Amino acid sequence: MTSFVKPKIRRKNEPVNALNKVRADYDGTASTLCAGCGHDSVTASLARAFYELSIDPQQVVKVSGIGCSSKSPTYFMSDAHAANTVHGRMPAFATGAIAANSALTYIGISGDGDSLSIGLGQLAHAMRRNVDMLYMLYNNGVYGLTKGQFSASADLGSTAKKGPANELPPIDPAALALSVGATFIARSFSGDREQLVPLIKAGLKHKGFALIDVISPCVAFNDHKGSTKSYAHTYQYYHKAVHADYVPPSEEIMTAYGEGELMPVELHDGGTIRLRKLDGEYDPRDRAAAFAKVLDGQDKDEILTGLLYINEDQPDMHARKNTGPRPLNQIPYAELNPGAEKLAALQMTMR
Amino acid sequence: MKPTDIKDPDYFHKVVDCQWACPAHTPVPAYIRLIAQGRYSDAYLLNRDSNVFPGILGRVCDRPCEPACRRTRVEEEPVAICRLKRVAADHRDDITDRLPKKPENSNGKRIALIGAGPASFTVANDLAPMGYECTIFEKLDKPGGLMRSNIPAFRLPEDVLNEELGYILQMGVDLKLGHPVGSMQELQDQGFDAIFVGTGAPKGKNLNLPGRDEAAGNIHIGIDWLESVAFDHIETIGETVLIIGVGNTAMDCCRTSLRLGAKAVKVMARKPRAFFKASEWELEDAEEEDIAITVNHSPKAFVTESGKLVGMLFELMDYDLDDSGRITEQRVTGEVMIPCDDVILAIGQENAFPWIEKEAGITFDKWDVPVIDEQTFESTRKGVFFGGDAAFGPKNIIWAVEHGHQAAISIHKHCQGDDLTARTADYIELESTKMGMSEWRYSNAYDASDRRQMEHIALVDRFRKLDIEVELGFTPEQIATEVERCLNCDMQTVFDAPLCTECDACIDICPVACLSITPNAPEADLRAIVQAASADQALFTSTELPLSGRVMIKDENTCLHCGLCAERCPTAAWDMQEGKLTIHYAHDQKLSAEQ
Repeated sequence: MTSFVKPKIRRKNEPVNALNKVRADYDGTASTLCAGCGHDSVTASLARAFYELSIDPQQVVKVSGIGCSSKSPTYFMSDAHAANTVHGRMPAFATGAIAANSALTYIGISGDGDSLSIGLGQLAHAMRRNVDMLYMLYNNGVYGLTKGQFSASADLGSTAKKGPANELPPIDPAALALSVGATFIARSFSGDREQLVPLIKAGLKHKGFALIDVISPCVAFNDHKGSTKSYAHTYQYYHKAVHADYVPPSEEIMTAYGEGELMPVELHDGGTIRLRKLDGEYDPRDRAAAFAKVLDGQDKDEILTGLLYINEDQPDMHARKNTGPRPLNQIPYAELNPGAEKLAALQMTMR
Repeated sequence: MKPTDIKDPDYFHKVVDCQWACPAHTPVPAYIRLIAQGRYSDAYLLNRDSNVFPGILGRVCDRPCEPACRRTRVEEEPVAICRLKRVAADHRDDITDRLPKKPENSNGKRIALIGAGPASFTVANDLAPMGYECTIFEKLDKPGGLMRSNIPAFRLPEDVLNEELGYILQMGVDLKLGHPVGSMQELQDQGFDAIFVGTGAPKGKNLNLPGRDEAAGNIHIGIDWLESVAFDHIETIGETVLIIGVGNTAMDCCRTSLRLGAKAVKVMARKPRAFFKASEWELEDAEEEDIAITVNHSPKAFVTESGKLVGMLFELMDYDLDDSGRITEQRVTGEVMIPCDDVILAIGQENAFPWIEKEAGITFDKWDVPVIDEQTFESTRKGVFFGGDAAFGPKNIIWAVEHGHQAAISIHKHCQGDDLTARTADYIELESTKMGMSEWRYSNAYDASDRRQMEHIALVDRFRKLDIEVELGFTPEQIATEVERCLNCDMQTVFDAPLCTECDACIDICPVACLSITPNAPEADLRAIVQAASADQALFTSTELPLSGRVMIKDENTCLHCGLCAERCPTAAWDMQEGKLTIHYAHDQKLSAEQ
């Protein structure tokens, strides 16, 4: 009898979170991705972040587009709401859902193909609206599900598995996000959980659009010599600019760091993102500095990681539209539909 | 933390908790796999290599393996290892052709073995096929030692005992029954090349309280009484019986009393249940037979009327316990007289050597216990060895077997003029179990079934005769389920650091979160990362990983050997490899000249 399905086993003295759930309660069904895929690793980081934040899976909505990355919501938090939508159209679906019910926690999962080619316009406008969601962009530089063609994030000169080099310049999701108005922009690597899990937690708690561009190597089609999105390349050119931790409202900020090294950012939920400088005087609260830093990283062929930009002062979509916090499904019908007379009165104002 | 040396044969041996806990290091997962394949004879013989008496031990072993079983880390009950051993014995074919044979020629060395118990029989089992002339001296007229005299036939049927002792006798062992050794010096004068003392711990402890002498006719020493019952010298007992003590001997005494006609049997304990010495399963079996166990009663006096025992006086005890359950204070809160017809004392036993003269050259310590080397089992007199309960006091059968193996090695080396301490070291061979995509050469899937419960013969049928075996053995359905509960801890997770691409696939799939990749740090810090709390098991630490210079760590304590890490690994950096441990006995010892 052979099995490769992860069994549910409750260990003795297994740690639980504030909801009395164990980490395994945030698992999904067995992954059908290739063994060694970076996406599975990111999935595990997501499950850990939700577990550590003690978020009830039933209060979470997972949305995705099409692709290997977009399959992965199945592999964590089976108890959450989820929709595997149309190719590149996940941001529109998410925007609609968030407009209807802002009380849930939204996480979008997409890849470099789904986000930067077919769905580039959708992504840009969701960022521009500052929709309150965490958008995970699993970036491996290839279309893995169709056997390894270059994607829009493939670096110039990076080679395909069979040899030919990429001739088109890449779209850098971080630079794009900075230019269109995202308010939380981070980059990380599937292999660095110490950085990624706190970033996911901070992104979930940020009020507004949070983008995490996560390098997640394709073990089948883009993990060879000559690839700039392989495990080996990423480990070699990986550069941490800043470290971010999420501190919940109830906890005090530890002052274990030197003077000036710690940059607290207050969040709307009363918690704090605690930034720690790892690279000189770079301050991710400064948009111009963030732009310069991202462009500088491109020039140096560095994979610049960490929380690259944060702005907690921009209003999100609901705040901008002055729409109330009550989910539509909790508003009584009579209130939602005030009747023909009220409609007629409204129409009169527009004649 | 330094990288783990997995070549050390003890490293992976320790991971196989049951085998490591077994004094004779029986390869438990390997024989359970053979049972799963229906290869009962092979399973029996594999057992026999290390524990010599699978049929006997499959019924009455003290089972140090079971509390150690890895299964208890994820659920309450261990694998029924002991009962599966009985399965191998019950269902084996005739294996006499596959046993070591009586050699054609003697090697001219004569060995005297005193006492026909498990220790002496193990020495004979190891040495006789090598050509040693083994003579066993036994004072009783049947062999087996305490296995016959102290373990009642309703737990260990006589034919099971006779058959397994018979295997060894057929190897050309000379058994002299009804032949007590009255003098060590006389034996030493008979020109044996080595002498082995396996006389057990035959002296039951007495309780000298007021009334003891007056009521002597109805007060019995537990192990002597059991022996008299076993040899048909005692066939009845009074209607009301008190057993003093709650060890395994007490359980045998109370259950035997019921079979001799007692109507009410009470086991009297001085302390609360947590302090009982009896194994939990023996307590359960006794309670199933309606034995009442009374706690916090400390014996004070035997009560007699006109020279006959009528009851026993007890002090009622009250104890204060600290947080760890230790007694900090005790008080007497009153007294009570409990009427009875007979009292059986089962409060311990010791070894005794009235037949070893001071001049025999064997040093005894201040407690009158012989001074024995813990590795070689040699006494202070060259060529005289001790084993079993005779060596270090009362233990159990499986320890006696291991002592026998070790003493046999020493006797062989002694007779060949070799250094007794130059013993051939264990070694471990690792062999991959990968068969193909998602296929391993063992049943890797975690089976969540509960432990199968042993069926017992109905209470109404049980007490008619003394020798009706209570346990019925596992049914085929129970066998099929119970073998799948074994986690195959000898299927070792072997990590090849240079192959690792640090993709985390193994960490994510691990159902018990026992893996991590992390910058190297002191052991305590690394242990905290994977919550490796048990100091009994090692924390595996790899060499530096090629890409990031971090290390792979693994808590050997929580790993369930499901193989999913190896299954998910894209580069086969993790592999499931069967660890075959070779333990040497007398016959395959290399003598110093050959090493």
